[in-house]
Amino acid sequence: MKHTIKELEDIASQIRRDIVRMVHGCQSGHPGASLGCADFFTALYFEVLNHKTDFTMEGKGEDLFFLSNGHISPVWYSTLAHAGYFEKSELATFRKLDSRLQGHPTTHEHLPGIRIASGSLGQGLSVAIGAALAKKLNSDNAHVFALLGDGELQEGQNWEAAMFAPFNKVDHLIASVDYNGQQIDGPTSKVLALDDLQAKFEAFGWHVINTDGNDMQAIVEGLHYAKTLTGKGKPILNLMSTQMGAGVDYMVGSHKWHGTAPNDEQLASALAQLPETLGDY
Amino acid sequence: MKKYTYTEKKDTRSGFGAGLHEAGKKNENVVALCADLVGSLKMDAFIKDFPERFTQVGIAEANMIGIAAGMTIGGKIPFTGTFANFSTGRVYDQIRQSVAYSNKNVKICASHAGLTLGEDGATHQILEDIGLMKMLPGMVVINPCDYNQTKAATIAIAEYEGPVYLRFGRPVIPVFTDPDQKFEIGKAWMVNEGTDVTIIATGHMVWKAIEAGEKLAELGIDAEIINIHTIKPLDDEAILKSVKKTGCVVTCEEHNKFGGLGESVARLLTTELPTPQEFVATNDTFGESGTPDQLMSKYGLDAVNIVEAVQKVIGRKKA
Repeated sequence: MKHTIKELEDIASQIRRDIVRMVHGCQSGHPGASLGCADFFTALYFEVLNHKTDFTMEGKGEDLFFLSNGHISPVWYSTLAHAGYFEKSELATFRKLDSRLQGHPTTHEHLPGIRIASGSLGQGLSVAIGAALAKKLNSDNAHVFALLGDGELQEGQNWEAAMFAPFNKVDHLIASVDYNGQQIDGPTSKVLALDDLQAKFEAFGWHVINTDGNDMQAIVEGLHYAKTLTGKGKPILNLMSTQMGAGVDYMVGSHKWHGTAPNDEQLASALAQLPETLGDY
Repeated sequence: MKKYTYTEKKDTRSGFGAGLHEAGKKNENVVALCADLVGSLKMDAFIKDFPERFTQVGIAEANMIGIAAGMTIGGKIPFTGTFANFSTGRVYDQIRQSVAYSNKNVKICASHAGLTLGEDGATHQILEDIGLMKMLPGMVVINPCDYNQTKAATIAIAEYEGPVYLRFGRPVIPVFTDPDQKFEIGKAWMVNEGTDVTIIATGHMVWKAIEAGEKLAELGIDAEIINIHTIKPLDDEAILKSVKKTGCVVTCEEHNKFGGLGESVARLLTTELPTPQEFVATNDTFGESGTPDQLMSKYGLDAVNIVEAVQKVIGRKKA
């Protein structure tokens, strides 16, 4: 462990503060799933990922990460800033004119840490597979991580990719699903049920593990365990249960905070629940 | 009229296959992907010599584009292969976000474009792909005219950094360009110098423009014929220089006149040098089943249609 669980939880608390402040600052963006994935991003970037903040597109010898559900950009931007990819003061520019921190992540403005645009859903798993295939051709044994939203699994391209990866033994790939059970129009169970995702991915040939995405110890251990499963002929799927809005009581578990910004009063209430640990931007 | 002859007919897709094989030999980062159409795309030679650099994705074009985009991150130069319809319309958003907006070095190689796909009919005969692709910021759009030019273009795009759409076709057509040509992206080829009209043609229509030029010469009309193989970026300079001399233009393409080469030329001329123009192209229609020759005739894409368009546009020139 590079950090104690307490240290990681403190980082996650700061990232959560950043998320609500960023979304409040421009009165737009997606706080719900960003908050739900704060623990995952912290565990990934501060504990699991073998990466350099001196960013190169290829990331030779480094683990790569791809975010398919690009709308949770606030959590990624905050994580990248605290990890050292760019100054945290830049978080204040989120979604504003001439910013590198676009509403959805993009390479277009050359923000360090981003390797492909995402936002239009369902494309990230294919891209991660491609990056993994290139690493294999380059005899680079590093890992490729991806995060997918659960709602976006309704996009068909995911299932093309899900079929491809096991058949082609893309086995340095660890895809996590943010299984929060919510999407814009309501619970996934009501909109278009995902049902037994474990059975579905296992039927396609994936090695599926389950983690609690809002328990720092569990997510760190889960991702480390996932790494031990690579190189054995199967891609890994981390089915990660999270709560949308985790950390802010009035947002927890509700799809209503998928894409809504808090007002001044709501911001104050959220910040009162989230200790400032690394200093606000 | 300069004399063009040919000794054999070949399909442009075979030019792609030969070019891909050559590009693969020159650069080990060249990789190929195909969505269950290896034979149609003539990828066999590449696959035989570089099996580890070929990825069969199955009938899953969206996944193919995404994988190709991801492979560029590791320094690979992916060439995706499927029919033009499935290379563009079917995967437009994947190309838009993961390739064009992300500025990935993917070469989208599209066979069986246009009416000359033939008997399979309108579901497979895309006549909108040039328009779709040229609208994407940063996308290079190339539609070569014969086997040799397609081979040279394939080799050239491997050496160019950035997204490219390469469009070619199914039928065998005359091979009339130089086998040793150097393909320059964005550079027009002067097929024939003339003074009375500028005929601008792309793809399969270039040979038809040559046939038309011969008929026009018999009628006493001296046609300048320009091959625009790169529709984007357009060779503005070559077009303006020619049109300044001739004062009228006919554009020829196996594509809908909405969104094609003709509109690109019209946009240029409207802003720089307003000039009478006629369009030899399909007219906002789908195709249908038939032989390539029957279809080109029925939809007005033959040499005779070019001759008629030239006569019309010359009549519109200011006295």
